[in-house]
Amino acid sequence: MKFRPSPYLSLAPALIVITIMLGASLFYAVLESFGIIRVIGQDTLNLDAYRGVLSGTGTAGSEFWVSLGFSLWVSAASTIISSALALMAAVWLSGQKNQVDTLAVNGHLAFPHLAWATALLLFFSQSGILARWAAALGWIDVPADFPILVRDSFGIGIILHYSIKEIPFLALIVLGVLRAQPIGYDVVAENLGASRWQRLRYVMIPQVMPALFAGALLVFGLIFSSYEVPALLGIGYPRALPVLALRFFLDPDLGARSEGMVISLIITLIVLAVAVVSLKLEERKA
Amino acid sequence: MKYIIRALLYLILVAPLALFIVYSFTEGWFFPAPFPSEWTTTTFQRAMDDPRTLGGMWQGFVIAVIVSLLSLILAFPAARALGLRQFRGRQIAWLVLFLPTVVPPLAIGMGLNILFLRIGLAGTIIGVSLAHLISTLPYTVFTLSSAFARYDENYEHQALALGASPAQIFFNITLRMMTPSLVVATLFAFLVSWSQYLLTLLIGGGKIITLPVLLFTAASGGNPSTIAIKSLLFILPPALVIAFTARELNRHGEVIREQY
Repeated sequence: MKFRPSPYLSLAPALIVITIMLGASLFYAVLESFGIIRVIGQDTLNLDAYRGVLSGTGTAGSEFWVSLGFSLWVSAASTIISSALALMAAVWLSGQKNQVDTLAVNGHLAFPHLAWATALLLFFSQSGILARWAAALGWIDVPADFPILVRDSFGIGIILHYSIKEIPFLALIVLGVLRAQPIGYDVVAENLGASRWQRLRYVMIPQVMPALFAGALLVFGLIFSSYEVPALLGIGYPRALPVLALRFFLDPDLGARSEGMVISLIITLIVLAVAVVSLKLEERKA
Repeated sequence: MKYIIRALLYLILVAPLALFIVYSFTEGWFFPAPFPSEWTTTTFQRAMDDPRTLGGMWQGFVIAVIVSLLSLILAFPAARALGLRQFRGRQIAWLVLFLPTVVPPLAIGMGLNILFLRIGLAGTIIGVSLAHLISTLPYTVFTLSSAFARYDENYEHQALALGASPAQIFFNITLRMMTPSLVVATLFAFLVSWSQYLLTLLIGGGKIITLPVLLFTAASGGNPSTIAIKSLLFILPPALVIAFTARELNRHGEVIREQY
């Protein structure tokens, strides 16, 4: 072929753009986390920010361990609930011939997180739509009687958001596995006298578990590192790690800025570790 | 049981939309009124007359168009190489492209914020577009390379044997055969950029104010009708895209996944 370019040449533009921007952004992030802030002429490497964060004595660091616990709790709870619901939804969808339902699942997937969080606020806040209906039914008299479901101190609003929002992504993963399997297993089990529940428990669930677990880890990483949703549906204290990191990164106090950067790097490390485990699981499955 | 699951599924999909629409066309709907009493278009009219809303939509649109075009130009050759060729270092190329999908936008944005401030790209349309490009490019490459993996190069060989020029082959064969995937990839890049909040905030630095930035501010403590109208304008493009690419989406739905 006379016009077949080298694959390296074809890949170069995309790879260079990503490598430069990603590399430079990580480079500056690490630099600032070590207290090197060129703009103010501070260029000696120090570990103050790391010490401040990990020992819980820094400006931002004082909240670090609480926020870490909060973020882990919210991410784990959301991931577990959405995985369970996704499994149910996928088992149901796999029995459906109707493509319209799958399409509806996709529609929910494409709904932006920001808009979904906004809708939850309007529905679930203490003077929101549900509170108004409760009042109309005579269950409550004033907004304060309605349970605090969003902007609460346990992260219920955030968990509510992700438990529902992540179902489609996970359900489609499970559905992919179920549809790729020959129907044989299920039929054989049925012929051998397995009940519906036994077929689900011993045939379907073991089949989809590796893929679901790999997907759930990705979802965990996403929730753990996202900013908008905990910022909108959470409160000032305790707050999620990304909210804490950004708050102090934008702080005029430059020491706090470095601590914000350290927290952001810790988030990145945790998410990368989780993603590696997820990838390894995926490989073993294949 | 089946009917309950289906009812819930559609409730989740329709309820937010319905709420946004209802709120956009009412006024003075407060606790404890269970339903709005006054229907009006003045709330909507007022929001549309606000230059910030229109300006935000316009800026977001321009950025999203730039981002989709850049992603497409950069992704096309890369996807072709990944989809059709076997070569040393292929795994590494995948890994580099995969990285931006797992490194949190928070960390990318904070680092780029420092870099772009130094080189004067912070607060500019180009700076924000470049930042968005990091999150759209991998998905564009993945979408196109899976299409190239199903692509039959023999059509090109045949055209070449029949004396077609490289340009003719590119426009009449490659581009034509790839059109559906190109459309899907472009639309996804557009949507991811359109809905991007954090990177716009960190790079735009208060100078580039797109619709999601306005919506976030409103949602942090604004009037419900204002929030609803902004949400409605915000989800309009995704809703239209989903409606028009329904068939393709069924195949590529997982690709867009979690970048919103």
